[in-house]
Amino acid sequence: MLKVHDLACARGGLPLLEGVSFALAPGQALVLRGPNGCGKTTLLRCVAGLQPALAGEISVAPDAIAYAAHADGLKSTLTVAENLEFWAAIYGTAGIAQALEQMNLRALRARAAQHLSAGQKRRLGLARLMVTGRPIWVLDEPTVSLDHASVALFGDVVRGHLAGGGMALMATHIDLGLPEAEILDLAPFKARLPEPGSGTFDEAFL
Amino acid sequence: MGPEPGTLALIAPGILWVGALLACLLSLDRIFALDYEDGSLDLLATAPVPLEAVVTIKALAHWLTTGLPLVLISPVMGLLLFLPGEAYLWLILSLLLGTPALSVIGTFGAALTVGLKRGGLLLSLLVLPLYIPTLVFGAEVVARGAQGLSTATPLALLAGITLGAVALLPFASALVLRINLR
Repeated sequence: MLKVHDLACARGGLPLLEGVSFALAPGQALVLRGPNGCGKTTLLRCVAGLQPALAGEISVAPDAIAYAAHADGLKSTLTVAENLEFWAAIYGTAGIAQALEQMNLRALRARAAQHLSAGQKRRLGLARLMVTGRPIWVLDEPTVSLDHASVALFGDVVRGHLAGGGMALMATHIDLGLPEAEILDLAPFKARLPEPGSGTFDEAFL
Repeated sequence: MGPEPGTLALIAPGILWVGALLACLLSLDRIFALDYEDGSLDLLATAPVPLEAVVTIKALAHWLTTGLPLVLISPVMGLLLFLPGEAYLWLILSLLLGTPALSVIGTFGAALTVGLKRGGLLLSLLVLPLYIPTLVFGAEVVARGAQGLSTATPLALLAGITLGAVALLPFASALVLRINLR
């Protein structure tokens, strides 16, 4: 269960969003929409705990969130299997076979990550989510550089995750084929910028 | 300085320790740079391992690949600089005790400058002053050992700096990493 109440967050000292509230129950997915720069990534980083919120509350069980950023965090000299095994060990889960199978990476398991294509790297980055064993997936543009078949593959994986009681919060511009996912447009939550000159002196140093 | 054995033997303790310090400095900016660029630092920060432990392991890895080889080849370096025979043991011992502090302090500097483009120069400027106490006491151990004097005091101070750095700095490094990741 993830509950966000009246959240405000900032990037680089500049308030971007305010008054964002939503809740996710097991089996639900929420897609964040909005124009570039409206604060989707910032909101996701807040929820993932990477940056503090300006105001508001995020209530979530500890150790429930698996975060996937723009970058996949792959080690280029390790093989596909070694990359996944590392994260499985970190999260204390066993078995990477299912993740390899579902993201169609089995044929690539012995290949070094530096020799993967952009889309294959992305698939590996998303396979990492499955080995975390965490119920809430926080995904930032998960489908970048994926082809149609892989997007469908990923849509199936997310659906499987939701069917198993998982939750997904994602920022994406394209249709994942998840009609059951709710959509939250962030544009109405844009923070009012302070009047020029009325801000505190500290802002000059942020 | 010339090749006179007398001069070389006199400056050897200082030169060897400065060499160790500079070698350490060379590799510091890569401790977190790659993890920051490929995004794994974000993922590690949200993973169920304490960031303090990540930082400590990073420092250990840096020491194993930089400090330990320096300790192992230091007798050869001593030979090149006509280090007096009785000083070898103290050279190895002082490097063994002192270089972990260089790695731990350096990891703190790397955490401070993570995300900065060309942060290596700033990193050197930040870290060098923090290295001075280790350098002073490390070279002092070797110099006193070469003269056959008691090395207990500088050795104890050297070990004290290392233990203090290992005990406290990982917390500081983890904190500045979290701030830098915001």
